[in-house]
Parts: sequence; structure tokens; C-alpha cells
Amino acid sequence: MFSLTALVLGAMLTAGTPASAGPQAPREELLTTASEIGVMGGRLVVSLLAEPKTLNPVLAVDQVSRDVIRCLHADLIHINRLSQRTEPALAKSWKVSPDGRRYTLQLRSGLRFSDGHALDADDVVFTFQVYQDEKINSPQRDLLIIGGQPIRVEKVDATTVRFELAQPYAAAERIFDSLAVLPRHLLEKPYQEGKFSQAWALNTEPGQLAGLGPFRVREYVPGQRLVLERNPHYWKQDRKGNRLPYLNEVEFLIVPNQDAQVIRFQGGDTDVLDRISAENYNVLEREQAQRGYRLYDLGPGLEFNFLFFNLDDLSAKQLPDIARKQSWFRDVRFRQAVSAAIDRQGIVRLVYGGRGTPLWGPVTPGNRLWLNAAIPKPPRSLEHARELLKSAGFSWKSDGTLTDSQGQTVEFTIISSSSNAERLKMATIIQDDLKQLGMNVQVVPLEFRAQLDRVLKTFDYEASVMRLASGDADPTPEMNVWESNGSTHLWNLGQPHASTPWEARLDQLMERQLTTLKYEARKKLYDEVQKLVAENLPLIPLASGNILVGGKDALGNFRPAILDPYTLWNVEELYLRPRGSGQKGGKSAP
Amino acid sequence: MNRPVHFWIGVTLLAAFHVTVLFAGFFAPYDFSVQNREMPFAAPTRLHFVDAQGKFHLRPFVYVALESNGAGGPQREETRQAIPIRFFVRADASEIPGRTASWHLFGVDKPARIFLFGTDSFGRDQFSRFLYGGRISIVAGWLAAGLSLALGALIGSLSGFYGKALDQILMRGGELFLALPWLYLLFAVRAFLPLQITPARAFLLVVAVIGLVGWARPARLVRGVVLSAKERNFVLAARGFGASDFYLLRRHILPQVSGVLLTQAALLVPQFILAEVTLSFLGLGVGEPAPSWGNMLASLQEYHVLASYWWMYLPAAALIPLFLGYQLLADALHERTRLVVV
Repeated sequence: MFSLTALVLGAMLTAGTPASAGPQAPREELLTTASEIGVMGGRLVVSLLAEPKTLNPVLAVDQVSRDVIRCLHADLIHINRLSQRTEPALAKSWKVSPDGRRYTLQLRSGLRFSDGHALDADDVVFTFQVYQDEKINSPQRDLLIIGGQPIRVEKVDATTVRFELAQPYAAAERIFDSLAVLPRHLLEKPYQEGKFSQAWALNTEPGQLAGLGPFRVREYVPGQRLVLERNPHYWKQDRKGNRLPYLNEVEFLIVPNQDAQVIRFQGGDTDVLDRISAENYNVLEREQAQRGYRLYDLGPGLEFNFLFFNLDDLSAKQLPDIARKQSWFRDVRFRQAVSAAIDRQGIVRLVYGGRGTPLWGPVTPGNRLWLNAAIPKPPRSLEHARELLKSAGFSWKSDGTLTDSQGQTVEFTIISSSSNAERLKMATIIQDDLKQLGMNVQVVPLEFRAQLDRVLKTFDYEASVMRLASGDADPTPEMNVWESNGSTHLWNLGQPHASTPWEARLDQLMERQLTTLKYEARKKLYDEVQKLVAENLPLIPLASGNILVGGKDALGNFRPAILDPYTLWNVEELYLRPRGSGQKGGKSAP
Repeated sequence: MNRPVHFWIGVTLLAAFHVTVLFAGFFAPYDFSVQNREMPFAAPTRLHFVDAQGKFHLRPFVYVALESNGAGGPQREETRQAIPIRFFVRADASEIPGRTASWHLFGVDKPARIFLFGTDSFGRDQFSRFLYGGRISIVAGWLAAGLSLALGALIGSLSGFYGKALDQILMRGGELFLALPWLYLLFAVRAFLPLQITPARAFLLVVAVIGLVGWARPARLVRGVVLSAKERNFVLAARGFGASDFYLLRRHILPQVSGVLLTQAALLVPQFILAEVTLSFLGLGVGEPAPSWGNMLASLQEYHVLASYWWMYLPAAALIPLFLGYQLLADALHERTRLVVV
């Protein structure tokens, strides 16, 4: 029933667009996608774990806001989530100067924002002005500061923009990804008035919002749903010349609980489900034939879970207990012993139900281009752990308790986020593993913010289990993790200069990979980073879960990928097969 | 003395329960923290009498369970070798460092395992955890009930005996406590305290919090009994002979309160056990790896557990006879006190 009306509506919309473009408007240079030809119309229902905090792409930090904003905006050069490589988006082509410092981007001509206003190079210049503004303090700003200086952006003509970098920058093409090109006509005024941070809140009138993404906001019902409608000016078409997106609407339902999301998906209320836990995957998998959905195990993602000890400089803090224990934590043999005692296979089995990968280095096998496959993967060995501890001056009491050279018993707490069952479980497994070395470990679940606060600000913790999830398969976003003065150099924050030789070496390597342009040479540098981390274990790698997603059988062009967003990265190409078309499962499998 | 039948049923149930739980170390086949990582969410081990060849065995036996797939399907078994259940076995001490060997009521030889209630997400024996967890939950219930009854008896008798302003202050205070939504109060109290505390301290804390919140109801009941008791002729007579307040309370009044206190105890203990279960269920009680009934049931908050592993409900089901026992006992005690008082 609904597909018929949707079809008619879709046809009307495509027919309407060229007329409204006007006779003088420059020819639209649409991007033609290579994907399967779909059917116009329909509505895709997706659940969100929380309300988006904002619709402002420059300020969004939370996952949920970003998921929504991705459907509303477009970037100049895009990273294809499936191939993990860059491809043209709003910029149809670009030239790089031989010294690697100057990028000249050619925009597609005739493009319009979702409110019908034409796109101009001025919009791009404005966009970068906002993203790089210190006062706005965008989370992406760090990535745009290259060699300590912002990127200089210059309009050459209406469709040409030149970017000048202070130094050659290896991942330069990739930084354009997910930087939404903003409509100057709507946002310049609040920006000039200093009210940019309030602009585009969730309750903004849809008429005040515009973007270059496949959808635009139609309706927002607080606490319940956010409905997006098709952007009639979108700049992609399929091989038959149908303007994308195929779908008429995307509805985000706010379902603030993962289990509830699973139930809604199982019941057929939602069409797509991201980030399924391994346990729920097993529950859903059993019924996938009857219920008309399909689950995808995409293999390891980029998420990296690890245990780390507090190596911060505590001289300015009143934390004598932790400072005393740091004499153990600072000894690399202690960290190696802990690592040797951890049963990573057990973690994969118990936490991920087998749908995960044990890790011995900081890069997961999901990151195909950058993984250092030569990092050794020693199996769990308590004997080796005991030898390491013995050589570091530890000994055991008659009841098996481990004591240090001063006779103090070895006990510490691991903090973990109470809202993340997976990492809490990892901590409990580690607790049990280390008990067999005679260490008395306690696991303390903390509210996530409290955990972050202890790790990043007060340094009042002994050990912690956390994860890093890089949004991109490239070493550059990890600069702030491995550099000794980086903002997420978790184990030892705020060092004036690298406190150990290997951290100094990490600094050097990361700086060099940043400006090295050849992939092979960069890979060699990054391989050494991984090797150093695996040897010195500032972060003790644990495991990485597979990316598990699900989608209805009726979804066409559904090609989930391990880069975030896993499922909706090609939302403009998704379509709903009309009922009874007989294409069950289809070619959509990756 | 003639006791009603349900009193004896109640007492038997409770005695059986308490003895098994208090001697958990003997009745449980395994230690509560031993993880069998190759068998998370294993279904309860089946006890067989008839083997694969159709031969009947008087002594029940088990088969070695094959690695569980974690999907909650029926447990597959290696049926070539029947492993009989042995009674009064001496456990292997080498498994857990720092623990001495101990006797267990029953057990099976390796590589077989016997999980009467299945295993949890870490492959730990649920039955053993249930018994060890009961220790914490029941003892917490008893201690908290004792604390709140002692407080209630003290405040109630003072209030009833002296009356007037003291009565007003104490009873209005008690009403305040009754009106408080205790669950939120517990949340608030727990949030104020440091998070990094040892399981033992967490346990005492839970007991203190539950006990201190629950004194108002027994206090009101005691006050009522004291009010009527102090007007009795023999009390008035004793007063006339110059007996002190303390003597009157101790010799004549409190003995009359004892019946009420006993009935209250039978009602409060299960209520406080449940309070501990609730707190631990919400993650505010004793933490991993120590079990309590509440934190065992907490895994039922997860949809996949709810949907796939029926044996995770067993701890909840096993609580029913315990609470039934307490109810029957309270009932019987109540009837008895009514007979005495009237």
C-alpha cells in the first residue's frame, strides 16, 4: 500500500526539481553513484540511544548527534566507509602541489543547500573559519591545526577553493571528511553576533536549518522522535539519472536503552540496528529467518579496549597511596607480567561470545592498511608472568599473596564504566586472572563521567579499563594519544617533556608520520609505534569486538562497514524493496 | 505446647534453608568465584540414571558437557563415559590459591562438572553462588532486622512509657521515616559514601542503611503495646510499691512486647532480605565477584539473559520457599501472641 503512494510522491519530487532550478542557474554537476538502482519512496526507521544534544555539526561531540548530523550534511572529500579510502564528494576533484602543502579543490557547480540557496566557495571559506575559530572550540579543531598553525583557506573563484598548510601533511585529504559545509546565509549572522554556540539547537525551526546532506529536518517531537525528509536538491544520482536519496523519510526514534532497541528491531518497528552486543546478536540471530531481518558480523572494528595503570606525575597531588603503588606500575616488567597473565581468549569468549579478536597491539585487524602484523601474540602464560615479577623483586607469601620488595602486598583497584557491561566484564576477568598471580584486585564500577574525571583530571585512580575508538583508519587521529603532551595520553597526562626514552621515541615517530607523504614510509613509522606500545605496554591491549549490525531484508543497497557510521553511511542509496518483489536477502550482502 | 501445622512447616523450611546456606562451603560443590571460561551460560547439568546403553544405575551420574556455544541451546553431552556423582568428596585445594582444601557434600570427577543451577556469564556455578550469596543476603537480613528491632524496641518503649512531648517527638520522627521513599534514600546514602570500599564494608553499609531506615514500624507497634501494658493492674500495683521506671520496663512491660517483636522479626527478616536483594540488584550492594542473591539476579536486567537462559531465574525461584517459610512462621507467631494478649 504505502509503497505505491510513496512511488508517486518520489516521482513528483524528481520531476519538480529541474524546474525550480531556474533557467539561468548553472548546470548541476551531480555525482553518479555506481550502486544498484533502487525504488523511490518509503520511510526508514532507526532508533537512537538518546536525544541528539545539538544539530550543529561544528559543536557536536556525542555519538547520537553525529549520527543524525551525518544525514543532514556533506563534506568536500569523503572517506568511503567500505574501501576506507578517500573519494570526491562536494569537491569533484583536487590538485596537490608537489611540496604537499597546497590543495586546490574544485567544487561541483550548480549545487544547492536543502533550502534551495546556492552553494558558493564563500560557504566553504566560512565553514573553515568557523571550524578553526578558537572561541567556537570545535572538537574537530585539533585536527585542523597542522604544524601549530590553522589551515589558510582562500577562495579562487565561485567553485574553486585553495587550502594552504603550514607543513606537508600526510592525511590531508582525510581531514575534509565529516567537516560539514555550512550555509553562510544562515549561520554568518549568529557567528558575527557571537551566538554561534546557541545556533542550531534541537528545537530550531526546520526552516532555519539547511545542509548539503541527503535529508533535511522535518519535525522534532521532544523525547520521542526526529523526522528527516528527503532533500530535493541533493547532489547525487544513480546510473539511471534518478536523483538520490531514494527514501522519502528517515525517522529517528528515541529508544534510550540498548535492550529496548533490540526488542524494537526484533518486533519490526525499526529497520536498522547498529552496535549490537554479541549476546543480543545471538538472540536476534535465532529468529532472523522468520522475522525478515538479517544480521551481519562485519569482523573486528577499530575499537581498542585496554587496561592501563596510573603513571601520572602525582607530586602535586595528595595521593600518597597511589604514588607508592606507582613504583610497581612504572616497572615495565610488572606491566608485562599483568599482560602475560590476562586470558585474552577468555575475554573474547565471555565478553564477545567469540565474536571478537584478542589484541596484543594497539591496532585492530579491522584497520587493514595500518596493522603491524609482526607484533608477537604470545599465549597466556602464568609461569612467564611469575618469572617477570620475580625478576622485578616481587615475591610470594606462603598463602600465595604477592608482595613487593618492601613486603607490601600487591593490591589495587581497576575502575571501569558502570554503563558498559562489556568493559566491566573484562575487568572482572582480569581480576580473576591476576588473583592467580597473587594480586588482590578490586573492580569498581563508576559512572562514566566520574571515571573520566578521575583519569583525566584528578588522577585519583590506580588502574582503569577503557577503550579508544578511532573514527578513521589512519594514524593521525591518534596523535593526541601517543604524543607525550597529547590530550589523551591517558597513562601519563600533562608531561612537559617525554618522561621515558620510549615515549620520546613515540613523539618523534608520530611527528614524522604526520609529515611523511608516502604510505610505505608512514607505515614503517607507524609499525614502530605499534611495536613500542606492545613492548612497553602503557596501554595493555585486551580485545576488540566485532562490529555487529542488522537490517531488514527489504533494505536495498545495505552495505554495512566497520567504519562509523556502520550502517547509515550510504543512507542516500538505501531503499526499501516493494513487498513481494521476491528479492530476499539479495545482493546487498557485503 | 500445641503448635499449628503450618508453624512446623515454616520452621522446617527455614531450618533447612538456613543450614544449607550457612554451611555453603560444605553444600556447594565449587567455590563461588571459580570461572569455567569455556562454559559461559551452560545449562543445568542433567542427572542421569539410565545410560546410553539403556542400563539403569542406582547412583545418578553425569556426562561431560561439551563446550557451550553461548546461545542457550540444549547442552550437548559426551555420552561415552558416565561419571557417577560422589558424596563427601575432598576438594582439590590447588584450584584457588590461598584456600585450604575442604569437604563437599557432593561432586563429580574431572573433566565433568556438576552445575545444578547452570552457570552464569563467567561460567561460574550458579548453585554454589546461590548458597554463598544466600549467606550474605540472609545474614544481612538478620542483622538489619536485629538492628531495626533493637532501635524500634528502645524508641517505642521510651515513647509509650513516658508519653507526652517525648512521645510526640519520637513518633512524628518515626512518621517522617515511614513517609520517606526508602529506596531513594538508600540511593542517596550510597551515593554519598566512597565508591572504593571493600566487599565487607559494602556489606556492613548495606546492613546499616537498611536497618536504620526500618525502625519506625516496630517502634509504633511496641509503643502501642507499652501504652496498654503500663495501665495494667499489676504494673500499677508494682508502681505503687515504688518500683523504678527501669524495673517496670524490664520486669513487667518488655516481656509483653516480646511476642510482638518476635512476629515483627519474622516479618522484617524476609523484608530486609528482599531489601538487600533490591540494593544489590541495582548495583548498590556487594560487588563482584562476591555473590549475593541480588547481584545474581541483576543479570536478568539484560534482555539476552531474560530471553535465552531460563536457569538464570532459578535463584529467584529458590527464594520462594524461604519467604513462604517466614510467612508461615510469622502467621503462627501472630496467632499465638493474639491468644496470649487477649
